[in-house]
Amino acid sequence: MSLAPRKPARVQLFATCLVEAFFPETALAVVELIGREGVAVVFPPGQSCCGQPAYNAGFREEARAAARRQMDALAGELPIVVPSASCAGMMKHHYPRLFPDPAERAAAERFAGRIVEWSEFLVRGLGVRLHDTGPPLKVTWHSSCHALREMEVVPCAKALLAGLERVELVPLSHETECCGFGGIFSVKQPALCGAMAADKLADIQATGAERVIAGDCGCLLNLQGAIEARGLALRAQHLADFLRERTRGG
Amino acid sequence: MADSAFESRIEQALEDETLRRNFASALGAFAARRRSVFPDGRALERLRTQAAAIRDRALARLPELLEELESRLTANGIRVHWAETAAVGCRLVLEILEAHGVRRVVKGKSMVSEEMHLNAFLARHGIETVETDLGEFIIQLAGETPAHIIVPAVHKNRAQIARLFQEKIAGAPYTEEVTELNAIARRTLRERFREAGAGLSGVNFAVAETGTLCLVENEGNGRMCTGVPPLHIAVMGIEKVIERLEDLPPLLRLLTGSATGQRVTTYVNLISGPRRNADPDGPREVHLVLLDNGRSAVYADPELRATLRCIRCGCCLNHCPVYARIGGHAYGTTYPGPIGKVLTPQLLGIDRAGELPFASTLCGACEEVCPVRIPLAHLLRRLRAEAVRSPASRGDRRGSGRPDRLERLAWWAWGQAVQRPSIYRAILAGGRWLGGLLPPVGPLERWMRTHAEPRFSRRNLRRILRRQGIPDA
Repeated sequence: MSLAPRKPARVQLFATCLVEAFFPETALAVVELIGREGVAVVFPPGQSCCGQPAYNAGFREEARAAARRQMDALAGELPIVVPSASCAGMMKHHYPRLFPDPAERAAAERFAGRIVEWSEFLVRGLGVRLHDTGPPLKVTWHSSCHALREMEVVPCAKALLAGLERVELVPLSHETECCGFGGIFSVKQPALCGAMAADKLADIQATGAERVIAGDCGCLLNLQGAIEARGLALRAQHLADFLRERTRGG
Repeated sequence: MADSAFESRIEQALEDETLRRNFASALGAFAARRRSVFPDGRALERLRTQAAAIRDRALARLPELLEELESRLTANGIRVHWAETAAVGCRLVLEILEAHGVRRVVKGKSMVSEEMHLNAFLARHGIETVETDLGEFIIQLAGETPAHIIVPAVHKNRAQIARLFQEKIAGAPYTEEVTELNAIARRTLRERFREAGAGLSGVNFAVAETGTLCLVENEGNGRMCTGVPPLHIAVMGIEKVIERLEDLPPLLRLLTGSATGQRVTTYVNLISGPRRNADPDGPREVHLVLLDNGRSAVYADPELRATLRCIRCGCCLNHCPVYARIGGHAYGTTYPGPIGKVLTPQLLGIDRAGELPFASTLCGACEEVCPVRIPLAHLLRRLRAEAVRSPASRGDRRGSGRPDRLERLAWWAWGQAVQRPSIYRAILAGGRWLGGLLPPVGPLERWMRTHAEPRFSRRNLRRILRRQGIPDA
């Protein structure tokens, strides 16, 4: 677990491809939550995808090309805030492994040192205090595999949720079990992905909460897609969106 | 809808409600017992680090350690045989049995013998093999293969076992009482132990320093197999050797704790030779067949070598969300679950089992519990890259995991898009314009079997950020 540098004046935002394509409001929420603490956010325009899809599909060359592009686009010394733990994990833990060349590997390691998952940045880097302005609400939380095991930031996310006075967090009975997304897995093994998502939804429903909060856009894409296909009265929401909603006007 | 034999086995398994219930309840219990036997998280982490180091230390000197093992075992009176392939291993076992005129064999649990398909081979040569581990006994009656590397009959519930016994064992009444089922098996097996000309067993660890074969078990059948018949033949993968006797306790602690959540197994057998003159019992001859069967090739790759640390505890199976849902048989391999997905393509060749490494979400639950810290998710990724690089071959291309031309083209295009900001932005713009109106073909069709169509957001993040005064650099 790396500590973000203490309250930098500015940070770079790496939005991630899923957020740009499907959840732009999540990036806006992160920008707002960081901006409120007096930290300026910059958005380097050359960014695209971290390369994890290709990396996990076994297409190393394409993943390397994506990694080079991000390292180039996000050059500099500023911390790079990422609103999705799996993309952050890719950049922090897997970029250095992609490059056999020592110079490139060293550059990837320096780059990896600047990566910070957004909730960890809020808690450990900025020490945010939240003021809950929403009505009483029951929610549940899904720990994404990469937030849990790779970035180890679940305690930060839970600390943020715990800061919301009128939100009751009902734990899932299988909180740390994978939702079944797995990127390419979801289309290579659709039946398995569907079965895992179905079990996760049943677990969510059993809590009585109508909203499941998570910090990873892959899980959210999977869960929301499965919820809509079944027409369930549930909603999967990114923690950043939830925090913005709860602290509006606060 | 399934694109390969593997996928259709997965779909069948997912539809089998009883199977899923049986696995879910058994695996949940194993995971809970493991947690209770390792209550101190930090102590467990230290133990895992120690065990990984012990295994790495042994693997680092594997060739010389195997020579040391051979000379110590020989000095102890155990005859050592080397089998480069499963076929050679089967033949060696057969030759030993034939030399002693053995027609009936009792057998303790051994995954290596499963890997060799030894029972079927011996049956073809007129030798009857009786499995004596209760789980193995059950699946032998059912004509099945193990569904789990530690708990072979984990896929069956008590009622299914009761019906099986009633059907297949003469005079057995229908009973779901565990003690009665055990008693039926024990009565049936007791005779077999007496009649058998030889006992076959696996090996959990072989200690090079002392020439000792270690075998852990809970039913006493392992001790019977290795002690009652006049001939004992053990089969073992070459990676199971450890340097010193003092390496054994931490490994055993982790093996039993990770496997069944026990502090220690009921029986810990340390076999250091055949019956000596003054001994009242024990086999007259002990043989060890050391099986390579592809392990040398695994060993040769410094990254993949970590696979050989495995102590076959089955803990990765118990914690795998995929294994929990489809069980062991759907994999269609000797070793199922996370370690199976890593080991099998290396033993059989990526062209024959390359599909396996893709059947994982890379969630890392296996890595988190592996007692010897095998980087399973990392090795799965590595093997995926191998499948992508593998040359085209005939046969079941889907089963090979080798991406077809369309997928290769898609990744090439993806690579172009993520490298070129102008193309990437154009694609995002296209998505905003299209919204959710993509044709449901290919991967999207597969996604939409269980998900609603993903809808691109209509909002342009970059434009909004610019309007908010968020600078570009």
